[in-house]
Amino acid sequence: MQQTTGIPKISTGIEGLDEVTGGGFPKGRPILICGSAGCGKTLFGIQFLVKGIVDHDEPGVFISFEETAADLTSNTSSLGFDLDKLTTEGKLRIDYIRIERSEIEETGEYDLEGLFIRLNYAIDAIGAKRVVLDTLESLFSGMQNEGLLRAEIRRLFAWLKEKGITAIITGERGDTSLTRQGLEEYVSDCVILLDFRVVDQIATRRLRIVKYRGSTHGTNEYPFLIDEHGISVIPITSLKLDYTASTGIVSTGLPPLDTLFQKGGIFEGGSTLITGTAGTAKTIMAGYFALGSCLRNEPVLLFSFEEAPDQTIRNLLTIGIDLRPFIASKLLMIHASRPTLHGLEMHLLTLNKLLAAFKPRTVIVDPISCLISVGSPVEVKAMLVRLIDTLKIRKINALFTCLMSSANSTGDNGTIEAVSSLADNWLSLQHELVDGKRKRSVLIVKSRGMEHHNDWVNFTISSTGINLKASLTPTPSTTANGK
Amino acid sequence: MENEQRWELRLYVAGQTPKSVLALKNITRYCQENLEGRYSIEVIDLLKTPQLAEGDQIVAIPTLIRKVPVPIRKIIGDLSDEEKVLVGLNIRPLPAKNKL
Repeated sequence: MQQTTGIPKISTGIEGLDEVTGGGFPKGRPILICGSAGCGKTLFGIQFLVKGIVDHDEPGVFISFEETAADLTSNTSSLGFDLDKLTTEGKLRIDYIRIERSEIEETGEYDLEGLFIRLNYAIDAIGAKRVVLDTLESLFSGMQNEGLLRAEIRRLFAWLKEKGITAIITGERGDTSLTRQGLEEYVSDCVILLDFRVVDQIATRRLRIVKYRGSTHGTNEYPFLIDEHGISVIPITSLKLDYTASTGIVSTGLPPLDTLFQKGGIFEGGSTLITGTAGTAKTIMAGYFALGSCLRNEPVLLFSFEEAPDQTIRNLLTIGIDLRPFIASKLLMIHASRPTLHGLEMHLLTLNKLLAAFKPRTVIVDPISCLISVGSPVEVKAMLVRLIDTLKIRKINALFTCLMSSANSTGDNGTIEAVSSLADNWLSLQHELVDGKRKRSVLIVKSRGMEHHNDWVNFTISSTGINLKASLTPTPSTTANGK
Repeated sequence: MENEQRWELRLYVAGQTPKSVLALKNITRYCQENLEGRYSIEVIDLLKTPQLAEGDQIVAIPTLIRKVPVPIRKIIGDLSDEEKVLVGLNIRPLPAKNKL
Protein backbone atom coordinates (compact mmCIF):
# COMPACT_ATOMS: atom_id res chain seq x y z
CA MET A 1 0.00 0.00 0.00
CA GLN A 2 1.39 3.37 -0.91
CA GLN A 3 1.52 6.29 1.40
CA THR A 4 -1.35 8.38 0.24
CA THR A 5 -1.78 11.01 2.91
CA GLY A 6 0.14 14.11 3.70
CA ILE A 7 1.26 13.39 7.23
CA PRO A 8 4.88 12.31 7.52
CA LYS A 9 5.41 8.76 8.71
CA ILE A 10 8.25 6.68 9.99
CA SER A 11 8.80 3.00 9.66
CA THR A 12 7.39 0.92 12.50
CA GLY A 13 10.22 -1.59 12.28
CA ILE A 14 7.63 -4.33 12.34
CA GLU A 15 7.40 -6.41 9.25
CA GLY A 16 4.06 -5.92 7.56
CA LEU A 17 2.84 -3.12 9.81
CA ASP A 18 4.08 -0.36 7.55
CA GLU A 19 1.81 -1.69 4.84
CA VAL A 20 -1.19 -1.88 7.14
CA THR A 21 -0.61 1.65 8.39
CA GLY A 22 0.04 3.04 4.94
CA GLY A 23 3.65 3.88 5.60
CA GLY A 24 4.24 3.60 9.32
CA PHE A 25 3.62 5.52 12.50
CA PRO A 26 2.90 9.26 12.46
CA LYS A 27 6.25 11.00 12.75
CA GLY A 28 6.74 13.01 15.90
CA ARG A 29 3.51 11.87 17.53
CA PRO A 30 2.69 9.61 20.43
CA ILE A 31 1.34 6.17 19.56
CA LEU A 32 -0.55 4.07 22.06
CA ILE A 33 -0.09 0.32 22.01
CA CYS A 34 -2.55 -1.41 24.29
CA GLY A 35 -3.29 -5.00 25.10
CA SER A 36 -3.55 -7.47 27.92
CA ALA A 37 -0.59 -8.93 29.76
CA GLY A 38 1.69 -11.04 27.60
CA CYS A 39 0.44 -9.77 24.27
CA GLY A 40 3.80 -8.45 23.17
CA LYS A 41 3.62 -4.75 24.00
CA THR A 42 7.12 -4.49 25.38
CA LEU A 43 8.60 -6.42 22.49
CA PHE A 44 6.70 -4.18 20.11
CA GLY A 45 8.41 -1.20 21.68
CA ILE A 46 11.85 -2.77 21.69
CA GLN A 47 11.57 -3.77 18.06
CA PHE A 48 10.43 -0.26 17.12
CA LEU A 49 13.59 1.13 18.70
CA VAL A 50 16.03 -1.52 17.55
CA LYS A 51 14.88 -1.42 13.92
CA GLY A 52 14.88 2.36 14.08
CA ILE A 53 18.53 2.25 15.08
CA VAL A 54 19.64 -0.53 12.76
CA ASP A 55 17.64 0.35 9.65
CA HIS A 56 17.24 4.12 9.91
CA ASP A 57 20.01 5.21 12.26
CA GLU A 58 17.52 6.82 14.59
CA PRO A 59 18.64 6.48 18.21
CA GLY A 60 16.02 5.52 20.75
CA VAL A 61 15.26 5.71 24.44
CA PHE A 62 13.40 2.99 26.28
CA ILE A 63 11.87 4.08 29.57
CA SER A 64 10.92 0.94 31.42
CA PHE A 65 8.68 1.07 34.44
CA GLU A 66 8.48 -2.69 34.77
CA GLU A 67 11.69 -4.43 33.82
CA THR A 68 15.28 -3.54 34.50
CA ALA A 69 17.64 -2.96 31.61
CA ALA A 70 19.33 -6.28 32.35
CA ASP A 71 16.03 -8.14 32.25
CA LEU A 72 14.99 -6.48 29.03
CA THR A 73 18.32 -7.28 27.44
CA SER A 74 18.20 -10.94 28.32
CA ASN A 75 14.52 -11.30 27.50
CA THR A 76 14.94 -9.93 24.01
CA SER A 77 18.28 -11.56 23.19
CA SER A 78 16.46 -14.71 22.09
CA LEU A 79 14.85 -12.61 19.36
CA GLY A 80 18.18 -11.60 17.97
CA PHE A 81 18.29 -8.15 19.52
CA ASP A 82 21.61 -7.19 21.04
CA LEU A 83 20.61 -4.33 23.31
CA ASP A 84 23.98 -4.24 25.07
CA LYS A 85 25.78 -3.58 21.83
CA LEU A 86 23.42 -0.81 20.81
CA THR A 87 23.70 0.74 24.25
CA THR A 88 27.49 0.67 24.12
CA GLU A 89 27.39 2.27 20.69
CA GLY A 90 25.39 5.11 22.18
CA LYS A 91 22.39 4.43 19.99
CA LEU A 92 20.10 3.06 22.63
CA ARG A 93 19.40 4.06 26.18
CA ILE A 94 17.36 2.00 28.56
CA ASP A 95 16.24 3.85 31.65
CA TYR A 96 14.56 1.83 34.33
CA ILE A 97 12.23 3.84 36.53
CA ARG A 98 11.14 2.07 39.65
CA ILE A 99 8.10 3.37 41.44
CA GLU A 100 7.22 1.68 44.66
CA ARG A 101 4.19 2.95 46.41
CA SER A 102 5.26 1.55 49.75
CA GLU A 103 8.39 3.68 49.68
CA ILE A 104 6.70 6.90 48.77
CA GLU A 105 4.81 9.32 50.97
CA GLU A 106 2.93 12.17 49.45
CA THR A 107 2.35 15.50 51.04
CA GLY A 108 1.34 18.62 49.22
CA GLU A 109 1.81 19.68 45.68
CA TYR A 110 4.24 18.02 43.27
CA ASP A 111 4.69 17.43 39.58
CA LEU A 112 6.49 14.91 37.38
CA GLU A 113 9.28 17.25 36.40
CA GLY A 114 11.73 14.57 37.53
CA LEU A 115 10.43 12.23 34.84
CA PHE A 116 10.59 15.00 32.25
CA ILE A 117 14.16 15.79 33.21
CA ARG A 118 15.23 12.17 33.06
CA LEU A 119 13.56 11.66 29.74
CA ASN A 120 14.99 14.86 28.35
CA TYR A 121 18.43 13.97 29.58
CA ALA A 122 18.25 10.52 28.03
CA ILE A 123 16.93 11.87 24.72
CA ASP A 124 19.55 14.58 24.47
CA ALA A 125 22.38 12.28 25.51
CA ILE A 126 22.03 10.14 22.38
CA GLY A 127 20.01 12.44 20.12
CA ALA A 128 17.02 10.12 20.24
CA LYS A 129 14.25 10.31 17.67
CA ARG A 130 12.22 7.46 19.09
CA VAL A 131 11.02 6.87 22.64
CA VAL A 132 9.14 4.02 24.27
CA LEU A 133 7.37 4.43 27.61
CA ASP A 134 6.56 0.98 28.97
CA THR A 135 4.18 1.27 30.68
CA LEU A 136 3.22 4.71 31.83
CA GLU A 137 0.36 3.33 33.86
CA SER A 138 2.80 2.16 36.48
CA LEU A 139 2.77 5.76 37.64
CA PHE A 140 -0.78 5.26 38.80
CA SER A 141 0.14 2.34 40.96
CA GLY A 142 2.92 4.33 42.56
CA MET A 143 1.23 7.65 43.19
CA GLN A 144 -2.13 8.57 44.52
CA ASN A 145 -2.92 11.95 43.07
CA GLU A 146 -4.71 10.78 39.97
CA GLY A 147 -5.84 14.20 38.82
CA LEU A 148 -2.30 15.44 38.93
CA LEU A 149 -0.96 12.40 37.12
CA ARG A 150 -3.45 12.84 34.32
CA ALA A 151 -2.57 16.49 33.90
CA GLU A 152 1.11 15.58 33.86
CA ILE A 153 0.67 12.80 31.32
CA ARG A 154 -1.17 15.20 29.07
CA ARG A 155 1.70 17.62 29.47
CA LEU A 156 4.20 14.85 28.75
CA PHE A 157 2.58 13.96 25.44
CA ALA A 158 2.42 17.59 24.41
CA TRP A 159 6.07 17.96 25.34
CA LEU A 160 7.11 14.90 23.36
CA LYS A 161 5.23 16.22 20.35
CA GLU A 162 6.95 19.54 20.70
CA LYS A 163 10.32 17.83 20.76
CA GLY A 164 9.39 15.98 17.59
CA ILE A 165 9.77 12.58 19.21
CA THR A 166 7.86 9.60 17.91
CA ALA A 167 6.85 7.85 21.08
CA ILE A 168 5.25 4.51 21.78
CA ILE A 169 3.28 4.43 24.98
CA THR A 170 2.11 1.06 26.13
CA GLY A 171 -0.96 0.50 28.23
CA GLU A 172 -2.55 -2.47 29.89
CA ARG A 173 -5.97 -3.43 28.57
CA GLY A 174 -8.81 -2.37 30.86
CA ASP A 175 -12.13 -4.07 31.47
CA THR A 176 -14.25 -1.44 29.84
CA SER A 177 -11.73 0.77 28.11
CA LEU A 178 -8.74 0.17 25.90
CA THR A 179 -6.39 0.92 28.76
CA ARG A 180 -6.94 0.72 32.46
CA GLN A 181 -6.18 4.35 33.03
CA GLY A 182 -7.86 5.60 29.89
CA LEU A 183 -4.61 6.68 28.27
CA GLU A 184 -6.38 6.56 24.93
CA GLU A 185 -7.99 9.86 25.86
CA TYR A 186 -4.63 11.56 25.67
CA VAL A 187 -3.23 9.88 22.62
CA SER A 188 -5.37 11.04 19.80
CA ASP A 189 -3.15 10.26 16.87
CA CYS A 190 -2.64 6.56 16.66
CA VAL A 191 -3.94 3.72 18.80
CA ILE A 192 -3.11 0.07 18.18
CA LEU A 193 -4.69 -2.80 20.03
CA LEU A 194 -2.91 -6.12 20.47
CA ASP A 195 -4.85 -9.21 21.29
CA PHE A 196 -3.83 -12.68 22.30
CA ARG A 197 -6.37 -15.43 22.33
CA VAL A 198 -6.45 -19.15 22.39
CA VAL A 199 -9.07 -20.80 20.24
CA ASP A 200 -9.24 -24.58 20.18
CA GLN A 201 -5.87 -24.78 21.91
CA ILE A 202 -4.19 -22.82 19.19
CA ALA A 203 -2.92 -19.43 20.17
CA THR A 204 -3.35 -16.57 17.80
CA ARG A 205 -2.16 -13.03 18.16
CA ARG A 206 -3.98 -10.24 16.47
CA LEU A 207 -3.44 -6.58 15.92
CA ARG A 208 -5.96 -3.89 15.10
CA ILE A 209 -5.51 -0.22 14.38
CA VAL A 210 -8.18 1.38 16.49
CA LYS A 211 -7.53 4.83 15.19
CA TYR A 212 -5.04 6.67 13.09
CA ARG A 213 -5.80 10.32 12.71
CA GLY A 214 -5.03 11.86 9.38
CA SER A 215 -4.26 8.61 7.65
CA THR A 216 -6.03 5.79 5.96
CA HIS A 217 -5.31 2.41 7.44
CA GLY A 218 -6.41 -1.16 7.28
CA THR A 219 -9.32 -1.77 9.64
CA ASN A 220 -9.15 -5.52 9.92
CA GLU A 221 -7.72 -7.59 12.68
CA TYR A 222 -4.33 -8.65 11.42
CA PRO A 223 -2.67 -11.76 12.73
CA PHE A 224 0.81 -11.21 14.00
CA LEU A 225 3.52 -13.50 15.17
CA ILE A 226 6.33 -13.46 17.61
CA ASP A 227 9.09 -15.77 16.57
CA GLU A 228 12.87 -15.84 16.60
CA HIS A 229 13.00 -12.70 14.47
CA GLY A 230 10.62 -10.63 16.55
CA ILE A 231 7.16 -9.46 15.58
CA SER A 232 5.75 -9.65 12.09
CA VAL A 233 2.29 -8.74 10.92
CA ILE A 234 0.60 -10.51 8.06
CA PRO A 235 -1.13 -7.78 6.15
CA ILE A 236 -2.33 -9.87 3.28
CA THR A 237 -5.96 -8.91 3.63
CA SER A 238 -5.04 -5.34 2.92
CA LEU A 239 -3.96 -6.25 -0.56
CA LYS A 240 -6.01 -5.06 -3.46
CA LEU A 241 -7.00 -6.87 -6.58
CA ASP A 242 -4.52 -5.00 -8.70
CA TYR A 243 -2.02 -7.58 -9.79
CA THR A 244 -1.19 -7.73 -13.46
CA ALA A 245 -2.26 -10.74 -15.46
CA SER A 246 0.27 -12.68 -17.40
CA THR A 247 -0.31 -13.95 -20.92
CA GLY A 248 2.56 -16.44 -20.79
CA ILE A 249 1.73 -20.14 -20.77
CA VAL A 250 3.31 -22.77 -18.58
CA SER A 251 3.04 -26.51 -18.75
CA THR A 252 1.23 -28.51 -16.11
CA GLY A 253 4.23 -30.82 -16.21
CA LEU A 254 2.19 -33.47 -17.98
CA PRO A 255 2.26 -32.77 -21.75
CA PRO A 256 -0.88 -34.76 -22.62
CA LEU A 257 -2.77 -32.80 -19.98
CA ASP A 258 -1.52 -29.58 -21.53
CA THR A 259 -3.22 -30.51 -24.78
CA LEU A 260 -6.58 -30.32 -23.07
CA PHE A 261 -6.06 -26.59 -22.76
CA GLN A 262 -6.53 -24.54 -25.91
CA LYS A 263 -3.21 -22.74 -25.47
CA GLY A 264 -1.29 -25.86 -24.61
CA GLY A 265 -0.89 -25.12 -20.95
CA ILE A 266 -2.11 -22.88 -18.22
CA PHE A 267 -1.52 -19.18 -17.71
CA GLU A 268 1.66 -18.29 -15.96
CA GLY A 269 1.29 -17.04 -12.40
CA GLY A 270 -2.13 -18.56 -12.00
CA SER A 271 -3.47 -20.76 -9.27
CA THR A 272 -4.68 -24.25 -9.93
CA LEU A 273 -6.88 -26.37 -7.75
CA ILE A 274 -6.96 -30.14 -7.95
CA THR A 275 -9.82 -31.82 -6.18
CA GLY A 276 -10.64 -35.44 -5.76
CA THR A 277 -11.40 -38.16 -3.27
CA ALA A 278 -8.72 -40.27 -1.68
CA GLY A 279 -6.52 -42.12 -4.17
CA THR A 280 -7.42 -40.13 -7.27
CA ALA A 281 -3.78 -39.21 -7.97
CA LYS A 282 -3.80 -35.66 -6.67
CA THR A 283 -0.27 -35.89 -5.30
CA ILE A 284 0.93 -37.45 -8.55
CA MET A 285 -0.48 -34.50 -10.46
CA ALA A 286 1.30 -32.26 -7.98
CA GLY A 287 4.47 -34.22 -8.65
CA TYR A 288 4.17 -33.55 -12.37
CA PHE A 289 3.59 -29.92 -11.65
CA ALA A 290 6.77 -29.80 -9.59
CA LEU A 291 8.69 -31.68 -12.25
CA GLY A 292 7.47 -29.35 -14.96
CA SER A 293 8.68 -26.35 -13.06
CA CYS A 294 12.03 -27.98 -12.29
CA LEU A 295 12.53 -28.79 -15.96
CA ARG A 296 11.97 -25.11 -16.75
CA ASN A 297 14.70 -24.46 -14.20
CA GLU A 298 12.24 -22.62 -11.98
CA PRO A 299 12.49 -23.21 -8.22
CA VAL A 300 9.64 -25.11 -6.61
CA LEU A 301 8.46 -24.98 -3.04
CA LEU A 302 6.34 -27.94 -2.03
CA PHE A 303 4.37 -27.79 1.19
CA SER A 304 3.57 -31.27 2.22
CA PHE A 305 1.12 -31.71 5.07
CA GLU A 306 0.75 -35.45 4.82
CA GLU A 307 4.04 -37.01 3.87
CA ALA A 308 7.65 -36.62 4.81
CA PRO A 309 9.85 -35.41 1.91
CA ASP A 310 11.46 -38.82 1.52
CA GLN A 311 8.14 -40.54 1.25
CA THR A 312 6.89 -38.13 -1.39
CA ILE A 313 10.02 -38.65 -3.44
CA ARG A 314 9.96 -42.42 -3.06
CA ASN A 315 6.32 -42.66 -4.06
CA LEU A 316 6.72 -40.44 -7.10
CA LEU A 317 9.77 -42.44 -8.14
CA THR A 318 7.64 -45.58 -8.50
CA ILE A 319 5.75 -43.97 -11.36
CA GLY A 320 8.80 -42.56 -13.04
CA ILE A 321 8.90 -39.06 -11.59
CA ASP A 322 12.41 -38.61 -10.29
CA LEU A 323 12.70 -35.47 -8.23
CA ARG A 324 15.95 -36.40 -6.51
CA PRO A 325 18.28 -34.46 -8.82
CA PHE A 326 16.24 -31.33 -8.23
CA ILE A 327 16.40 -31.75 -4.47
CA ALA A 328 20.16 -32.09 -4.83
CA SER A 329 20.42 -29.04 -7.05
CA LYS A 330 18.22 -27.14 -4.61
CA LEU A 331 15.69 -26.41 -7.30
CA LEU A 332 13.04 -28.18 -5.29
CA MET A 333 12.41 -27.58 -1.63
CA ILE A 334 9.97 -29.77 0.24
CA HIS A 335 8.69 -28.32 3.46
CA ALA A 336 6.84 -30.98 5.38
CA SER A 337 4.98 -30.30 8.60
CA ARG A 338 1.89 -31.42 10.40
CA PRO A 339 -0.96 -28.99 9.87
CA THR A 340 -1.69 -28.95 13.57
CA LEU A 341 1.87 -28.08 14.44
CA HIS A 342 1.12 -24.40 14.23
CA GLY A 343 -1.79 -22.06 14.03
CA LEU A 344 -2.85 -20.98 10.58
CA GLU A 345 -0.95 -17.76 10.83
CA MET A 346 2.26 -19.56 11.56
CA HIS A 347 1.82 -21.67 8.46
CA LEU A 348 1.19 -18.60 6.42
CA LEU A 349 4.15 -16.83 7.89
CA THR A 350 6.41 -19.82 7.32
CA LEU A 351 5.29 -19.74 3.73
CA ASN A 352 5.91 -16.01 3.48
CA LYS A 353 9.38 -16.40 4.88
CA LEU A 354 10.23 -19.25 2.55
CA LEU A 355 8.90 -17.21 -0.35
CA ALA A 356 11.26 -14.43 0.57
CA ALA A 357 14.23 -16.70 1.17
CA PHE A 358 13.81 -19.33 -1.52
CA LYS A 359 12.09 -17.22 -4.20
CA PRO A 360 10.19 -20.09 -5.80
CA ARG A 361 8.41 -19.68 -9.12
CA THR A 362 6.07 -22.52 -8.27
CA VAL A 363 4.39 -23.29 -4.97
CA ILE A 364 2.50 -26.47 -4.28
CA VAL A 365 0.39 -27.09 -1.20
CA ASP A 366 -0.52 -30.74 -0.76
CA PRO A 367 -3.19 -30.90 0.46
CA ILE A 368 -4.72 -27.59 1.31
CA SER A 369 -7.81 -29.27 2.74
CA CYS A 370 -6.07 -30.54 5.84
CA LEU A 371 -5.62 -27.00 7.07
CA ILE A 372 -9.27 -27.11 7.98
CA SER A 373 -8.27 -29.05 11.05
CA VAL A 374 -6.35 -26.06 12.33
CA GLY A 375 -9.01 -23.42 12.42
CA SER A 376 -12.62 -22.56 11.94
CA PRO A 377 -13.93 -22.48 8.35
CA VAL A 378 -14.02 -18.69 8.39
CA GLU A 379 -10.41 -18.46 9.50
CA VAL A 380 -9.26 -21.09 7.06
CA LYS A 381 -11.02 -19.31 4.26
CA ALA A 382 -9.45 -16.00 5.22
CA MET A 383 -6.07 -17.64 5.41
CA LEU A 384 -6.43 -19.29 2.03
CA VAL A 385 -7.49 -16.05 0.44
CA ARG A 386 -4.40 -14.41 1.86
CA LEU A 387 -2.24 -17.28 0.74
CA ILE A 388 -3.52 -17.25 -2.81
CA ASP A 389 -3.29 -13.48 -2.98
CA THR A 390 0.28 -13.56 -1.79
CA LEU A 391 1.22 -16.02 -4.49
CA LYS A 392 -0.67 -14.11 -7.16
CA ILE A 393 1.01 -10.86 -6.32
CA ARG A 394 4.35 -12.56 -6.74
CA LYS A 395 3.23 -14.17 -10.00
CA ILE A 396 3.95 -17.59 -8.64
CA ASN A 397 2.43 -20.67 -10.25
CA ALA A 398 0.39 -22.15 -7.47
CA LEU A 399 -1.07 -25.59 -7.17
CA PHE A 400 -3.32 -26.72 -4.37
CA THR A 401 -4.64 -30.20 -3.92
CA CYS A 402 -7.84 -30.65 -2.00
CA LEU A 403 -9.25 -33.84 -0.62
CA MET A 404 -12.98 -34.37 -0.93
CA SER A 405 -14.75 -36.89 1.21
CA SER A 406 -17.08 -38.03 -1.59
CA ALA A 407 -17.10 -37.57 -5.31
CA ASN A 408 -20.31 -35.60 -5.27
CA SER A 409 -19.49 -33.19 -2.54
CA THR A 410 -18.54 -29.74 -3.63
CA GLY A 411 -17.35 -28.15 -0.48
CA ASP A 412 -18.24 -30.19 2.53
CA ASN A 413 -15.22 -28.88 4.33
CA GLY A 414 -15.40 -25.27 3.31
CA THR A 415 -12.02 -25.18 1.66
CA ILE A 416 -13.21 -25.96 -1.83
CA GLU A 417 -15.73 -23.20 -1.65
CA ALA A 418 -13.04 -20.85 -0.53
CA VAL A 419 -10.42 -21.87 -3.02
CA SER A 420 -12.45 -22.66 -6.10
CA SER A 421 -13.66 -19.11 -6.53
CA LEU A 422 -10.09 -17.87 -6.23
CA ALA A 423 -8.43 -20.49 -8.34
CA ASP A 424 -7.89 -19.78 -12.00
CA ASN A 425 -7.91 -23.44 -12.99
CA TRP A 426 -9.76 -26.28 -11.41
CA LEU A 427 -9.11 -29.91 -12.21
CA SER A 428 -11.38 -32.55 -10.79
CA LEU A 429 -10.06 -36.09 -10.48
CA GLN A 430 -12.16 -39.17 -9.95
CA HIS A 431 -12.07 -42.90 -10.16
CA GLU A 432 -14.97 -45.25 -10.49
CA LEU A 433 -15.35 -48.99 -10.69
CA VAL A 434 -16.39 -50.20 -14.12
CA ASP A 435 -16.63 -53.97 -14.53
CA GLY A 436 -14.49 -54.48 -11.50
CA LYS A 437 -11.79 -52.22 -12.91
CA ARG A 438 -10.79 -48.89 -11.64
CA LYS A 439 -11.31 -46.21 -14.21
CA ARG A 440 -9.59 -42.92 -13.64
CA SER A 441 -10.58 -39.66 -15.23
CA VAL A 442 -9.88 -35.99 -15.07
CA LEU A 443 -12.13 -33.04 -15.84
CA ILE A 444 -11.17 -29.46 -16.34
CA VAL A 445 -13.88 -27.78 -14.34
CA LYS A 446 -12.66 -24.36 -15.27
CA SER A 447 -9.76 -22.54 -16.78
CA ARG A 448 -10.12 -18.81 -16.67
CA GLY A 449 -9.61 -17.02 -19.92
CA MET A 450 -8.98 -20.15 -21.94
CA GLU A 451 -10.91 -22.59 -24.05
CA HIS A 452 -10.55 -26.09 -22.70
CA HIS A 453 -11.64 -29.68 -23.06
CA ASN A 454 -15.04 -30.19 -21.50
CA ASP A 455 -15.31 -33.92 -21.01
CA TRP A 456 -14.04 -36.33 -18.46
CA VAL A 457 -10.80 -37.64 -19.91
CA ASN A 458 -9.67 -41.12 -18.90
CA PHE A 459 -6.18 -41.87 -17.82
CA THR A 460 -4.18 -44.73 -16.36
CA ILE A 461 -1.24 -44.82 -14.05
CA SER A 462 1.67 -47.16 -14.66
CA SER A 463 5.31 -47.35 -13.69
CA THR A 464 6.01 -44.81 -16.41
CA GLY A 465 3.55 -42.36 -15.00
CA ILE A 466 0.19 -41.03 -16.07
CA ASN A 467 -1.02 -42.06 -19.49
CA LEU A 468 -3.69 -39.67 -20.53
CA LYS A 469 -5.93 -40.72 -23.35
CA ALA A 470 -7.07 -37.49 -24.87
CA SER A 471 -8.04 -39.17 -28.06
CA LEU A 472 -11.40 -37.48 -28.17
CA THR A 473 -11.53 -34.26 -30.06
CA PRO A 474 -12.10 -31.53 -27.57
CA THR A 475 -15.73 -30.59 -27.34
CA PRO A 476 -16.17 -26.87 -27.72
CA SER A 477 -17.50 -25.22 -24.69
CA THR A 478 -21.09 -24.17 -24.96
CA THR A 479 -20.70 -21.20 -22.70
CA ALA A 480 -18.18 -18.44 -22.54
CA ASN A 481 -15.10 -19.46 -20.69
CA GLY A 482 -13.58 -17.79 -17.73
CA LYS A 483 -15.15 -15.18 -15.62
CA MET B 1 22.30 7.00 71.81
CA GLU B 2 19.37 8.18 69.82
CA ASN B 3 20.42 11.74 70.32
CA GLU B 4 23.61 10.97 68.43
CA GLN B 5 21.67 9.85 65.36
CA ARG B 6 22.39 12.13 62.44
CA TRP B 7 19.90 12.73 59.65
CA GLU B 8 21.06 13.13 56.13
CA LEU B 9 18.39 14.42 53.85
CA ARG B 10 18.44 15.19 50.19
CA LEU B 11 15.93 17.37 48.42
CA TYR B 12 15.53 17.13 44.68
CA VAL B 13 14.17 20.22 42.96
CA ALA B 14 13.97 21.51 39.41
CA GLY B 15 14.79 25.18 39.45
CA GLN B 16 13.31 27.71 41.83
CA THR B 17 9.70 26.77 41.43
CA PRO B 18 7.25 27.79 44.14
CA LYS B 19 6.76 24.15 45.11
CA SER B 20 10.48 23.57 45.45
CA VAL B 21 11.06 26.75 47.41
CA LEU B 22 8.20 25.88 49.72
CA ALA B 23 9.46 22.33 50.19
CA LEU B 24 12.93 23.53 51.18
CA LYS B 25 11.47 26.10 53.55
CA ASN B 26 9.25 23.48 55.17
CA ILE B 27 11.89 20.80 55.67
CA THR B 28 14.42 23.29 56.99
CA ARG B 29 11.91 24.44 59.59
CA TYR B 30 10.95 20.91 60.66
CA CYS B 31 14.59 19.96 61.02
CA GLN B 32 15.48 23.06 62.99
CA GLU B 33 12.62 22.43 65.34
CA ASN B 34 13.16 18.73 65.83
CA LEU B 35 16.70 17.77 64.86
CA GLU B 36 18.77 20.79 65.66
CA GLY B 37 22.44 20.19 65.04
CA ARG B 38 21.85 16.63 63.93
CA TYR B 39 20.86 17.04 60.32
CA SER B 40 22.10 18.03 56.91
CA ILE B 41 20.03 18.90 53.87
CA GLU B 42 21.55 18.60 50.44
CA VAL B 43 19.62 20.31 47.68
CA ILE B 44 20.02 18.90 44.17
CA ASP B 45 18.75 20.95 41.29
CA LEU B 46 18.04 18.54 38.47
CA LEU B 47 17.98 21.33 35.94
CA LYS B 48 21.70 21.66 36.62
CA THR B 49 22.55 18.01 37.17
CA PRO B 50 19.90 15.94 35.37
CA GLN B 51 22.10 12.85 35.46
CA LEU B 52 21.52 12.58 39.20
CA ALA B 53 17.81 11.83 38.78
CA GLU B 54 18.47 8.20 37.95
CA GLY B 55 20.33 7.25 41.09
CA ASP B 56 17.54 7.95 43.53
CA GLN B 57 14.78 7.08 41.04
CA ILE B 58 13.36 10.56 40.96
CA VAL B 59 10.14 10.99 39.04
CA ALA B 60 8.22 13.60 41.02
CA ILE B 61 9.48 17.01 41.99
CA PRO B 62 10.05 17.98 44.72
CA THR B 63 11.22 14.71 46.27
CA LEU B 64 12.78 14.48 49.70
CA ILE B 65 14.99 11.48 50.42
CA ARG B 66 16.14 10.32 53.81
CA LYS B 67 19.52 8.79 53.11
CA VAL B 68 20.48 8.30 56.75
CA PRO B 69 19.26 6.66 58.85
CA VAL B 70 18.48 3.73 56.61
CA PRO B 71 16.20 2.49 55.17
CA ILE B 72 15.79 5.13 52.53
CA ARG B 73 12.52 6.99 52.67
CA LYS B 74 10.95 9.10 49.97
CA ILE B 75 8.47 11.90 50.37
CA ILE B 76 7.12 13.72 47.36
CA GLY B 77 5.35 17.07 47.36
CA ASP B 78 5.88 20.48 48.89
CA LEU B 79 6.03 18.91 52.38
CA SER B 80 3.29 21.18 53.68
CA ASP B 81 1.85 18.60 56.04
CA GLU B 82 4.28 18.60 58.95
CA GLU B 83 2.88 15.62 60.74
CA LYS B 84 2.96 13.48 57.61
CA VAL B 85 6.52 14.50 56.86
CA LEU B 86 7.72 13.71 60.36
CA VAL B 87 5.97 10.37 60.34
CA GLY B 88 7.28 9.66 56.88
CA LEU B 89 10.87 10.42 57.95
CA ASN B 90 10.31 8.68 61.23
CA ILE B 91 11.30 11.78 63.18
CA ARG B 92 9.78 11.95 66.60
CA PRO B 93 8.72 15.50 67.46
CA LEU B 94 10.66 16.87 70.42
CA PRO B 95 7.85 17.03 72.96
CA ALA B 96 7.22 13.34 72.43
CA LYS B 97 10.91 12.55 72.84
CA ASN B 98 11.05 14.52 76.08
CA LYS B 99 8.42 12.24 77.53
CA LEU B 100 10.73 9.27 77.18
